[in-house]
Amino acid sequence: MTDRTATRDDGSDRADRGDRDDRGEVETHVYLCTGCPLGCRLEVDAVDDDVLEVRGFACRRGERYGRQEHVDPRRPVATTVWIEGAVDRRAPVRTAEPVPRDLVRDVVASLRGVRLEAPVRRGDLVVADVCDTGIDVIVTRDLERIGRP
Amino acid sequence: MSAGEHASRAGHVHDVVVIGGGVVGVTLARALSRYHLDVVLLERDEEVGFGVSKANSGIIHSGIHADPNTVKGALEWPGNVAWMTLRDELGFGLAQVGELLVALSEDELVSIERLHAQGQAKGVPGLERWDQQRVRRHQPNLSREVIAALWAPTAAVINPYEAVMLIAESAAHNGVEVATAEPVVAIDPPDPDGPIVLHTPARTLAAHYVVNAAGLYADEVAGMAGVGTFSITGRKGEEYLLDKRLAGLVTSIIFPCPTATSKGTLVTPTFDGTIMVGPTAEATDDKRDTATTPEGAKEVFAAARRLVPGIDERDVIAEFAGVRAVADTDDFVLGPTARRGFINAAGIQSPGLTAAPAIADHLVEVLREEGLQLTERDEFEPRVEYPVRFAVLPMEEQAALAERDPRFARLACRCELVTEAELVDAVDRGARTLDGIKFRTRAGMGRCQGAFCTWRCITLLADRRGVPIPRITKRGGDSWIVCDRDDADAAPPRPPVPATSPPAPAAVEVAGSPGAGS
Amino acid sequence: MPITPDRRHLQSRYDVVIVGAGPAGMAAALGARERGAEHVLLVDRETDPGGILLQCIHSGFGLHAFGEEVTGPEYAGRFLEQVLEQDVDVLTDAYVMDVTADRRVKLMSPRVGVHTVDAATVVLAMGARERTREAIRIPGDRPSGVMTAGFAQQLVNLEGYLPGRRAVILGSGDIGLIMARRLALEGVEVVGVFELLPQPSGLTRNVVQCLDDLDIPLHLSTTVIRIHGRDRVERVTVAPVDDDRRPIPEKAWDVDCDTLLLSIGLIPDAELARSLGAQLDPLTGGPVVSGTMETTLPGVFAAGNVVHVNDLADWVSREAQVAGEAAGALATGARRPDQDIRLIPGENVAYVVPHTIASDGTHTLSFRVRRPIHGPTVLRLGEIHRRKVRAVVPAEMVTMKVSPRILEGFRGDVLRVDAIAAEEVAR
Repeated sequence: MTDRTATRDDGSDRADRGDRDDRGEVETHVYLCTGCPLGCRLEVDAVDDDVLEVRGFACRRGERYGRQEHVDPRRPVATTVWIEGAVDRRAPVRTAEPVPRDLVRDVVASLRGVRLEAPVRRGDLVVADVCDTGIDVIVTRDLERIGRP
Repeated sequence: MSAGEHASRAGHVHDVVVIGGGVVGVTLARALSRYHLDVVLLERDEEVGFGVSKANSGIIHSGIHADPNTVKGALEWPGNVAWMTLRDELGFGLAQVGELLVALSEDELVSIERLHAQGQAKGVPGLERWDQQRVRRHQPNLSREVIAALWAPTAAVINPYEAVMLIAESAAHNGVEVATAEPVVAIDPPDPDGPIVLHTPARTLAAHYVVNAAGLYADEVAGMAGVGTFSITGRKGEEYLLDKRLAGLVTSIIFPCPTATSKGTLVTPTFDGTIMVGPTAEATDDKRDTATTPEGAKEVFAAARRLVPGIDERDVIAEFAGVRAVADTDDFVLGPTARRGFINAAGIQSPGLTAAPAIADHLVEVLREEGLQLTERDEFEPRVEYPVRFAVLPMEEQAALAERDPRFARLACRCELVTEAELVDAVDRGARTLDGIKFRTRAGMGRCQGAFCTWRCITLLADRRGVPIPRITKRGGDSWIVCDRDDADAAPPRPPVPATSPPAPAAVEVAGSPGAGS
Repeated sequence: MPITPDRRHLQSRYDVVIVGAGPAGMAAALGARERGAEHVLLVDRETDPGGILLQCIHSGFGLHAFGEEVTGPEYAGRFLEQVLEQDVDVLTDAYVMDVTADRRVKLMSPRVGVHTVDAATVVLAMGARERTREAIRIPGDRPSGVMTAGFAQQLVNLEGYLPGRRAVILGSGDIGLIMARRLALEGVEVVGVFELLPQPSGLTRNVVQCLDDLDIPLHLSTTVIRIHGRDRVERVTVAPVDDDRRPIPEKAWDVDCDTLLLSIGLIPDAELARSLGAQLDPLTGGPVVSGTMETTLPGVFAAGNVVHVNDLADWVSREAQVAGEAAGALATGARRPDQDIRLIPGENVAYVVPHTIASDGTHTLSFRVRRPIHGPTVLRLGEIHRRKVRAVVPAEMVTMKVSPRILEGFRGDVLRVDAIAAEEVAR
């Protein structure tokens, strides 16, 4: 899998510890915890997706985050689509749940050219099962119909 | 008369074509509009006044500064006088705040005495030599080092861009065709029997007389006409505007004693109530170099603090630079050339803004001497309706305006309290760019520097002029503001501006029962 | 029609008039109604209430207010529903031009013309504005294409245009980071984010999710020293800075771009407070406020970013709720609590809000630290109270609850607020 970390310029993203266990090579991955201002530098020892140990956290949330971030990093996606007949020309939308990080660009791209018609309500469905994630894209703002005589 | 009508008259020979819509070009065009003449003004930029006329110190000099034995010196004081008439007719921002030329050392007293005598010889009224006590009484924030000063009450501050735009508007009202975004790109070789033929990217024009008021590019235009007898170099001046909180720091224009190349760095209470410090005077090879520099700022603030120690660079709210058009003769280049009908109005360096109306009057006489028939029009209208400045009106007048036109009740620029109606008026008066709106209405000049009003100005320009939003510019050329998304083909039409129907009648207020009527 | 359509519906006198219908204004309106204010008017200059939240389409709002993360428009929508349920008069497309000392509110709107209403109390909730190029004095040309990140956000998220094709972002504040991601996802090439300070100004989460996820480089201790381009931005010169944040021109390089986005901080939009004559705090740029968020002008309250720049809308709402409650209470005849203790920023504290508190009241103090402390930190209120937190950074506002129990027995009239590394306190 692609190694994604939050540190830069120091070349320490991926430190091969050199020890092996019988399931394969143990690698240490570094993530920056986003839970609080502490910004803990989490070191995750793993063989592929199999997490052996998380270090560097200051709380249990940090440990969970490190594990999740290594195995299945997810992001909420918020973007906008065209809307006709509302006070603004763009309607804000989001994914109902976070989607796999590597699909963020695809989700946004798939919404290009989508055009709603006012009025819309918070929670209205825009696209179901976006990019085969099983996750829906929904409207996040009530937009009234305006300018109709 | 519309541009289309003018352009369609093939073979037509105009009486006068003025090249350049700066302060000289527009005041000349307006002066010519007093007569039965067919006049075209050609401006290369998107709007008039977008060259050095909008980026200068905004000062109408008292009349004492320039040597009366030079052309610029001879026209300085008459120009000052003529500006007061123009202001009375057109109403642009101009306030006679006076200037104080201060001496910081015994050596500089000589300068004061020389300029005092020169001013008196030129007939400038009201000059007074002030001693230290008097200087302190009038301008308590000046440096304690000031030992004496020359007081010249005739000096004024002006909103130069506003003046240029209103003068151009007045000229247009009186029949001049004001064509912007239309640079002269070629002039045909002389034909002894024919008129002068000019080419722009849009058309070919013929004129009996051509006045070259092309500012920084006047040498190039003269070259096109085959009479390139002078060259223009740029002298850049950086200016820094300070926050309105400092209003009152000085109440007159403060001059140091002059140096060889410049009148020095001034501290100016602008018409709009800010304090401006500058300019620098730096030779530049690039006539379009209007960049501000850390070195320039350092120089300006060091010099300004010598005059007014309380000035602080941290109070800057805006900065800009202009490039003065300096001819190699170091004087105005005014008058006829070897080519019959081609007349120069070039090298208009300081005090060019001050002298401009006198230059125009002078050029009218030159044209008369060159054979132009001048018959006065009885219907010449010296006035234009001055734009409404909602922010400064008393509440009753604001309310009355809003009753008449609800767009006066919609905010457009919050820093300067400009209403939508004023933006509409600016566009209808010819604003084609964001800067054009800004200089006409002040929208975008305040603390937020347009963060709030820019979008309103853009949509208004687009709707009113029927131009797509990505083609709206800051000041013409390639200065676009936004671009389309790649799925713009799926875009819905832009929603209409919210309803602007007249407000409903006021609630009947029931005395003594707050909250009644719900 | 939920929004007041014209001036027939306006009262001539209100208990509370609130200027600005963003997160602060809406929460203040609710607070005022809860404390018995009958007639509450909420005025906003845009067509829809919600303020800047409407263009903040990203998630990250509401964790404190609603116990779950929602987007800006959802946060605004939830508050607006409550506001309308509470029969608050909402006047949009309207601007408060002036408020007099006796709280006569002059406003203008196409629907009501130029009009005045009387207010028993006023709450200022105008929010903040962005610092501009002029505020940090970047030399060079003055082309189009230099804009605040918030303006770009409006273009992209509300209007449906892009600010350019190739952007450089100056400043790593949250708006800048969020716009880096937004632009990158919409097909704008984001060349890089440049930050004067040695650490990012925005939240760690935004650095990770907005920059790292999209491979957008972050250049710390680097700034833009010159803008080039006669008509449109053509490139910028960037340079690393030394320990005193002075650019090192010898190490400068040019970056081609057509857009320079500025995310260089917010300033309370306190002009109305200033023109009213309220005392301002030079440390925050906003008005000085008491524990009930009342300014130095009796009956004029202020809350949210107009007082000090908050990092979370949730904090704004909480603070504005306090202001609204106090304004509502005062308008309906309650006694003004005596604000007998003055708070001053001490060690490593940039400012403290509120500026005064009542010793018999419950308060939430908000403040920001000057320098990050990457480890256990003691927040100290004079000698009477301490609280330990895991770490503090300037990017995140710190809050501290103060109750009458804590203040009991304190006999002085000034309390200093400090934020000190725990190990230093121990020494």
